[in-house]
Order: sequence, then C-alpha cells, then structure tokens
Amino acid sequence: MKDEVDTREDRVANLKGMGCSRKRVEDARFTQGKGNYVDDIKLDGMLFGDFVRSPYAHARITSINTEAALKVPGVLAVLTAADLEPLGLHWMPTLAGDKQMVLADGKVLFQGQEVAFVVAEDRYAAADGIELVEVEYEELPVIVDPFEALQSDVVLREDLVGEDGSIPAGAHGPRKHHNHIFTWEAGDKAPTEEVIANAEVVAEESMYYHRTHPCPLETCGCVASMDKVNGKLTLWGTFQAPHAIRTVVSLISGIEEHNIRVISPDIGGGFGNKVGAYPGYVCSVVASIVTGKPVKWIEDRMDNLMTTAFARDYHMTGKISATKEGKITGLHCHVTADHGGFDACADPTKFPAGFMNICTGSYDIPTAFLEVDGVYTNKAPGGVSYRCSFRVTEAVYFIERMIEVLAIKLNMDAAELRRINFIKKEQFPYTAALGWEYDSGDYHTAWEKALTTVDYEGLRAEQAQRVEDFKAGKTRKLMGIGLSFFTEIVGAGPVKNCDILGLGMFDSCEIRIHPTGSAIARLGTISQGQGHATTFAQILASEIGLSADSITIEEGDTDTAPYGLGTYGSRSTPVAGAATAMAGRKIRAKAQMIAAYLLEVHDNDVEFDVDRFVVKGAPEKFKTMKEIAFAAYNQAIPGLEPGLEAVSYYDPPNMTYPFGAYVCVMDIDVDTGVPEIRRFYALDDCGTRINPMIIEGQVHGGLTEALAVALGQEIAYDDMGNVKTGTLMDFFLPTAWEVPNYETDFTVTPSPHHPIGAKGVGESPHVGGVPCFSNAVQDAFRPFGNTHTNMPHDHWRIWRTANELGLHD
Amino acid sequence: MSNKMHIKLNVNGKDEEFLAEPRELLIYTLRERLNITGPHIGCETSHCGACTVTIDGKSVKSCTMFVAQASGKAVTTIEGIGGPDALHPLQEAFKEHHGLQCGYCTPGMITRATKLLEEIPNPTEEEIRFGMAGNICRCTGYQNIVKSIQAAATEMNAAKEAAE
Amino acid sequence: MIPAAFEYHRPQDMAGVLAVLEEHGDDARVMAGGHSLIPMMKLRMADVPHLIDLQDVGGLSDIAVDGASIRIGALVTQADIIDHQALAAAAPILREAALQIADPQVRYMGTVGGNVANGDPGNDMPGLMQCLDATFTLVGTGGERDVPARDFYEAAYMTAREDDEVLTAVTIPLPSGGYAYEKQKRKIGDYATAAAAVQITKSGGTCASAAIAMTNLSDTPIYSDAAGAALVGTTLDDAALKAAVAAMLNDIDPTEDNRGPIAFKKHVAGVILRRAIERAWSRA
Repeated sequence: MKDEVDTREDRVANLKGMGCSRKRVEDARFTQGKGNYVDDIKLDGMLFGDFVRSPYAHARITSINTEAALKVPGVLAVLTAADLEPLGLHWMPTLAGDKQMVLADGKVLFQGQEVAFVVAEDRYAAADGIELVEVEYEELPVIVDPFEALQSDVVLREDLVGEDGSIPAGAHGPRKHHNHIFTWEAGDKAPTEEVIANAEVVAEESMYYHRTHPCPLETCGCVASMDKVNGKLTLWGTFQAPHAIRTVVSLISGIEEHNIRVISPDIGGGFGNKVGAYPGYVCSVVASIVTGKPVKWIEDRMDNLMTTAFARDYHMTGKISATKEGKITGLHCHVTADHGGFDACADPTKFPAGFMNICTGSYDIPTAFLEVDGVYTNKAPGGVSYRCSFRVTEAVYFIERMIEVLAIKLNMDAAELRRINFIKKEQFPYTAALGWEYDSGDYHTAWEKALTTVDYEGLRAEQAQRVEDFKAGKTRKLMGIGLSFFTEIVGAGPVKNCDILGLGMFDSCEIRIHPTGSAIARLGTISQGQGHATTFAQILASEIGLSADSITIEEGDTDTAPYGLGTYGSRSTPVAGAATAMAGRKIRAKAQMIAAYLLEVHDNDVEFDVDRFVVKGAPEKFKTMKEIAFAAYNQAIPGLEPGLEAVSYYDPPNMTYPFGAYVCVMDIDVDTGVPEIRRFYALDDCGTRINPMIIEGQVHGGLTEALAVALGQEIAYDDMGNVKTGTLMDFFLPTAWEVPNYETDFTVTPSPHHPIGAKGVGESPHVGGVPCFSNAVQDAFRPFGNTHTNMPHDHWRIWRTANELGLHD
Repeated sequence: MSNKMHIKLNVNGKDEEFLAEPRELLIYTLRERLNITGPHIGCETSHCGACTVTIDGKSVKSCTMFVAQASGKAVTTIEGIGGPDALHPLQEAFKEHHGLQCGYCTPGMITRATKLLEEIPNPTEEEIRFGMAGNICRCTGYQNIVKSIQAAATEMNAAKEAAE
Repeated sequence: MIPAAFEYHRPQDMAGVLAVLEEHGDDARVMAGGHSLIPMMKLRMADVPHLIDLQDVGGLSDIAVDGASIRIGALVTQADIIDHQALAAAAPILREAALQIADPQVRYMGTVGGNVANGDPGNDMPGLMQCLDATFTLVGTGGERDVPARDFYEAAYMTAREDDEVLTAVTIPLPSGGYAYEKQKRKIGDYATAAAAVQITKSGGTCASAAIAMTNLSDTPIYSDAAGAALVGTTLDDAALKAAVAAMLNDIDPTEDNRGPIAFKKHVAGVILRRAIERAWSRA
C-alpha cells in the first residue's frame, strides 16, 4: 500500500492543506471561458427588463405615459409604482432600517433613480421601449451638499415628516432636522473634551473622504423565474449574501421561504457592490410573476456607477491631543455622512456608521469620542463597504491622517510618533476607548520589520537631499514617503453585536464525507474571486486528513447550502472558515471512534496524525481517513449511526483584527501634478496563513483598488446633481500601465479565539493602502508647509496643492 | 424597425449564418445567439477589454463592433484558443501564476495576450504592461498577469526552439 | 447600452458611398473603425438612421511615402501607423503620437480618417496634422477638393467637410528636423489634459522653422503661428521658450472638465508645450 512508503512529509504534502500555495481549482473553467456568470444564464422564453431612469436629481413626477412604449413590437409590459403599489412593493426596506422606492412614487431623489421597468422579449425591444416612455417632471431644488441639507427648508423625504411638520424618530433614534437621518455616538464625550481642552498639544483637521464606487468588472444583475405550476421562485443573481436575499425576498413578497431558491452563480467581483438589495431584483421578480416567464435584468455600466452602491462620502473633523513628547492622550471625531436619497447603507443594524469606532486605530489612546450624523441629499443611496469591513477604510484613513497631522504639529517623525503610541504586544487583548476588544497584535515587530526593509532612514535622507535640490532649482520633482499602519476589524460577527435586518451574522459549513474518502462541503458564503473552493478545501484537508483535491466546495445555492450571511467585510475566513474547521472537527471526533473500533482499542488510545488515526505508541497500527470513511458507511459499528457528516453554525466570540505596515515611495512632478509610484512595500499580518499565493494576490488587488481611490477614483456630482463620472473614461480604474509592482511581506500573529488562528486578508490592503498612497502625496509637500489636502489626488488636485504652496512661482 | 440582414461569420473555425438586425453588437451575437459566453461585457464603451476577441488577426473589443461590420470575417474567442484537451500555454500560465481571481476579465485578457505574444514573442515587463493596457482587471493588480504572460512567453519560445 | 435601429450600408466603392449620402443627407453617417461613433450611438447621443461602413471601399488603406510627401488613406489605422517602417523613418512624430492614443485594441480599429474627420477636440491626430501642415482630401458628389488641416476645424464636431463629403486621405509634406508629441493624460484610454505636437528645424545654432499645435485645449485643435514664430531665429533660450508658451496660451481657450479647472489646464499646457519644444529641439 502506497501509504506505507510515504514519509510523513509526503503525506502532509499530499493533503495540500493549510499553509501551501495550492493552485486554484476555479481556474480551469475561468481560463477557458467556461465560468457561469448571471448574464450567461439563458432560459426558455426569457424576457429582459430594464429601467426608465430619472434624468433629474430632484423632481416631482406629474405623469407617466407608457402607451407609445407598449406599442413597440416585443414590449410586453411597463411597470410603474402604481402597478407595484397594490402588491405593497412600490417601496422596499433597506438594510439600514430605512425604506427605498422600488419605482419612483411621485418623485425622484437622485439622478438615475428607477422610474419605470420595461419588460420585453429581448434587450433591443426593451431599450427601444425605454426611449418611448414619456415622463413629465417638475424640477425641485437640488441639494448635493450634506451641510446645506441640514440647513435647508427643502424637504427631501416628505414620507419621513409628520403632517404637522414634526420629525419622527428614525431607525437609529431621534432626528434633528427633516434631512437628518441619525446621530450615532461612541465613547465618552465630556472626558474627551476635557482631555483635549487641557492638553499640551492639540492637532485639528477636517477632511473629506470622497464618494466612490466598488465598480466590479461585472455589474449587478439577476434572472427571476417564477414557476407558477409548482409555486416556486428561483432567483439567480450577483448576490454577495444569497441567504439574506432569500429571506428579504420572502419577507417583502410574501412567498414562503421554502418556495424561494436563490442562486449566486460565479460572480465577477463584488467589493461590496453586490451586498445590497436593488430595485432591479424586486422588479424582475414581479415581472416574472406577472408574465409567468423568466425575466433577466442586467445593469449597464452607467446604471452601475450612478445607482447601485456608492462607498465613502464622509466629511470628518478630528482633534487629537498629546503630550509634548508625543504620547497621545485623546481623540475626538465628528462625521457628517452623506447617505444620499435613501439610507441604504449596508451595516449591521446596531452600527449605522459601521465600525467607524475603530478610528482609534493601532494606538493606545486612553480617551476618545466619536459622533456621526447621517444626512439625506439628492445623491444615489448606498454606503457600502468597498473592499473593507463596515466603514473601516474611513476610520483608518482618519486616524492615519490625524497621526500625520499631529506629527507635523509636534515637528516629529511620523514613524516615531506611531512607534511610541502603538498598543504594546503585552496589552492584548486590548479594549479600546471606543469599545472594541482587539484580540491580538504585535505592532512594533511589524513596524520595525517594515522600516528596516525599506531602509526608512535612508529614504528620509534621500528626501531631505531632494528638498535641497528642489530649492536649488536642480529638480522639479518632490519625493514623498507614505506611511500607514492599520488595524482592521473584520469577521462580523458575534451575533450578540451584529445582525442585518435581524439576521444574526453567524456562518456555516456542512460536510458530507463520501464512502470512498472524498467529500463535499457547502458553506453560507459565496466567492467573488477570493478562491473559496481552493482555500476552504485546504482548511478541511488539514482538519480531516483527506486531500484538498478530494474535497468539493460548493456555495451560493440556498436550496443546498446551510444558512449563512455571505461574503463581505472579510468575514468568510473568520466566520465560515471557523465553521469549516469546527465541522471538520466534528467529523474527526466521529472518525476517532470509528478508528478506535477498527483498531480494537479505546477511543482515547488513538490519535490523529495528518491523514489517519494511529494507536498511541504504535504508529504502525493505523487507519487512514479513507478507510475510516468507508467503514463509516459500510460497517455496522455498535453505538454509532452510519455515515460521516457534520454541520457547524459558527457564532464567533469576537471580531478578528488583522493589521499591517505599509510604505510607499512616490515622486511627484510639481508642474503637472503627475505622481509616480517608485516603490510600495506591504507587510500584512492576517494571522494563520491558509494559502500564501492567494494572500499575495489579494494584497496586490487590494492595493491597486487603494491606488485608484487615493489617486483619482470618484463619483462626482455637479450642483444640479448630475453624475459627472458615469463611464470608465472618467471613473478611474487603473490599467496595467498605471500600476506598480508591489513588494509583499508578512508576520504571523494568530487570532487567539479563531479555531485555526486566521484573521482574513482580502480587504486589509485596501484599508491600509488608501492612507499610505495619500500620505505619500501629502508627505512630499510637508517640507513646504502642507498639513492636509483631500483625496482624490488626481493631477489637478496635486497641482493645486503645489500651486497653493507657492511652488510654481 | 426590423431590417434584418443576412450575416455570415466564422467563429472559432465554424461557419455561422443567420439573420440579424445590423445594430446587434458582436458581443451579443457571440454570447446570446451563438452561446459563446467566454467574452464578457464590462464597460460597454470600449475601455475595459472584457469583450476582447480576435478578428482577422487584430484584437477587437466586440462591444464596439456591430455584427453587420463583422459579417464575412473570422472571429476567435477564448473558446477557440484552447480547451480541456489542449490548453494554450497562456491558459496554463494564468492558472500556474495566479493570474486571475474572479475570472471575469480573464477570457478577454488571455485572448489579447495571444496577439501580444504573436507580435512580441519575448516581451519585457514594460511591453506587457503597455500591450495589455486595453484590458482592465479589478482583482489582481496585474502583477501576476504580467508574470503569467512572461511565463507563457518563455514556455512558447522554448517549445518553438525545441521544434526547430 | 443598445443603439437605436438603423439601416446598414456597406458600399463597395466611393460612388456607392456618395450615392447613399446623397439620398439620405444628414440622416447618413460614414463610419471607419467606429470607435468614436459606436459608443455615442450606444449611449443614444448620436442618432444615425443610415450608417455607411467604409471597410469595403478600396484604395483607402494605403500609406505611401515618396521623396516629397506622405499620403495616408483614411482607413489606415493607428496600429498601421505604428507598424509602418518607412513612415516611422519619414515622419517619426506620427508613430510617437499614435502610441499615445487609446489602447492596443482601439488602435487596431481607430483610423486616421475617423480621428481627423469627426471634429472631436479630444482627438490627437487633428492637432498633429495641423503641426505637419497636412491637407485633407474630401470627395463629394461635386468632385474632389483639398482642405488644409489648419483651415479644417471650425468648432467641436464642426468642420469644413460638407454632409455629403467623405474624407479619403491625408497628405503630409515630408517633415524635417526634430519632433515631439507630448501628452499628459489621466490614464490609458483618456483624452489629453494637454498635448503638444512640435516639429522644429535647426540651421546653424538657431531655429529655422517651428510648427506647433496643441490638442484638447479649445473646441478645435490650436495651431499657433505666433508660438512657432517666437522660436524662429532664436537659440531656444529661456526667453524664446517663454515667448512661445505665452503665445500659445494666448491662443488656447480650455474649459473646465473632470481633468481640472482652466487655470490648471493653462499651466499644464505651458509645461507640456515647453517639454515638447525642448525634446523636439534636442532631436533637431
């Protein structure tokens, strides 16, 4: 038998378990063009639906005439709010406790808002029909600035104002103004204010984290198919949380949940864009019920950028206090959050500003206070976590900028300022001033490794020389050294803290071992490129001793997968990965009993060894997991049920807290505003590393999305609420030409509460990358008096900074 | 308006004939009429390259070509580049070097890369980055795509040398 | 994004093209590579009831270089320009500019004729052709005529071409001396924030002639006689460069867009022009 000649190392290698750079099992189909994305689905008699959208950002609708559209050959129906109202579906609940119009109900609140849904035999007829729907609008005053919204007499949401003009409380408490959504606080206000008032040094800064968009290469879409014979609805779509979508569809449609099957096929990138529930889903379902035929709806790119799921749009004001020596004593943060026309932020229910209260960052800050005001404006709804856990990018950007601003105030090196304020290794688990309990960390080690690797002292010397050369007229390029040290908070999360629409944010794994020793495992998550089919099999391989190549991972079909809350906020590995390990351990526990029976010893006399159970002290006596699997199904074992299956629903005891240290070196052409990234070093600590190849790929991708956001990617509006960046000409997605090579590195600080010590990594590079790129730009101008300038740092804004500092004279 | 035209195409070596409205975009012809779903739709304004196919020896964004324009031409998609029985070295290299994540850009990316390597069999990193700049990837940050194309070039050049 | 329905015409010769144009007037549009027109049609910003595809019309795809001039057919693509050895030797600025247009796929389809004819102020070739003092050949039902590139552009998308005329060729007197095409853009695939085409000849140590045009800084390309004149007879010292830049800045009239406000564009225009002149001079 082959096993007898294999060494232990061979057996470990054969498993392809945790820690190895296993090649991805997904890639065979993707490289051959055989992925199955939602727009690839083609069903008999399938119809196409598409929207008539509002050209105005704020207007009353006085009439909708569908007659001409209905005469277009192939157009079967045009749905308006009036058609949906009898079903109670003209509005739908949002993930943030607000409600949103499915189709414009008397008025529109943002440009691109869904006004009518044209259903046709093909996409050509639908497009022609859209052109012929006649909508009369009466324009209303447009508000695109949240500060103006809070002063304005213009009521954006008349549905949220009482007949007597009173302003009823919202889902998150009292509202201060008719355009105000909520105020959310964390920390201690009075003590923080007192510390700052009496501090030796205080730095203050206001910063705007601009509105942007996740913009995955595949847009959102779905196919709804109502089988009227069996009363079953099947809904395929680009859903990052298929089970949650099933529950939401059931709650709003009244169709019993067992009669709804939601399927997420291959997803062409998500980055948070595909978490929410959109009017297109509701309209497709209704259209399928009305016509009895499958209905497909796919966004085009302009629809995508203009209407589904913006990210960020936070106006942040900070005060940070310290001793003269640089020890931080307090932090105060106020956010005015622009949520657009409806509050459709995708955050856990109790956290209307997400985990913005991680904004004390990686630092031991004894006193802090955070206050967030959510505001309605005439912009698209959304507020998703674009490649980050809930609002963590905003939080990390805020603190990493405040640190830099404080360093300037103290006239201190920003690397040193970080060093003297990091939470120390021995302080973990560490309870931060704003409430979170950081599970683990070793920040100083990571920081020193990063600074040593890039020769930080040498870079500063080079920069000083460059400034001299610039002043002497020898060069027109400045050099910036961007630093960032971030702590993420991912893996939402403990059900006691985190739910979405009341659904607890646990996750799940169900495993069936087949008699011949292969297996299928199903999870409540859904990959959008992260490689779950590869990495979850690796976790299982290490846990149950069967080769990863013998384990199929399946996700995204709610009829077969156990209930879970899906993939976003880097929660797959921390939550579903833990469920996978725990389910594997249940398998192993039963296998141990079977092995003991087969080996005719007591349960406690066998132990697990890579791919088998061996008799303690007699390694030549063993049963492989394959043999055990066969016996589980084919041998009557007293006291044990046949079969080898397990399921685990994992409610994590805490979040996980990945961290990292990044350094960016940038040259900036002062005359044109063009930045050039010369070097980027990224050290990530994501705890136990499951697949180094995939981790590295995630870091490259996250950094590139960070580069985009920091250096130019924005959803910009004019004063009339028109979106100025609706195509990829103006919405910045970098090509290979604009992107540098990255150097990756790591330390390993396992999570103490996670079954395998893993923390999640996909979003860290974005969270840490944005402030690092931004800090590099800002650092280049520090010697000339710059303290802060807002992103995105596109050419003209960089040029403006240089201009304002008098560098063009 | 229904003014259907008689269209003839050769797609991946197979002749196709059908009636279509001239405004039908080639990407929809491939995906919806011929069920060739490897090329994808990403931006619709010829910026992203997810729909890239090869027509008469040129890399073309098939979202920006009417089927009427393509009539009479030979079209190659990812499906015509390599399959389960014989993968193209680029397909192998993308798998080997983690040159893809969500897979959505991959067919267009590989299709474009086949032409790049025909034109420049031994490209530098800069030539790869410049030659692939018509294809956007949101996941990988391109570093491993560059690596994959370099590896495929090495492999193809070695195979060519061995054959000579 | 689905365009409105249209009638498709693919004539086999120019007579066929002109016949369709004559029949349908401004309801008809000719198309070469289609990479400007098709996106506009998909966004339903261009209404084209009759689309005339030029691809089968013979004689429009050649590049001819002789001792005095270069003739480029309207259907010659940017990729053809880049690949043509004799052209690269005769007028290297064409290759330098073509490489800065769009991306590889678009350069395979995008044609010289389309780029110069449609009057989009963002296109690179119009300014380049003005710098090179090219002549555009237009064929219409009334016959053939030549229009200098420097007289061709009237406003955004408005040119000297009549609705029933087709631009068939670009003729360029053989350039000499140093050249540069300098372009600042936000990313691959973007139009210029500012771009400059410069062709300079040197005699002794001084500038004998200078032709300068810039792109995307007005609603037409800007050929600046004054900027060129500011260099002639100088050694291209700092004062001459400043004078040339000042002259150009006097001629351009940029508007604010997502690339930046007017002050920025003017400043960058000056910087890009100066760099283009210095590079052209170094090659003269």
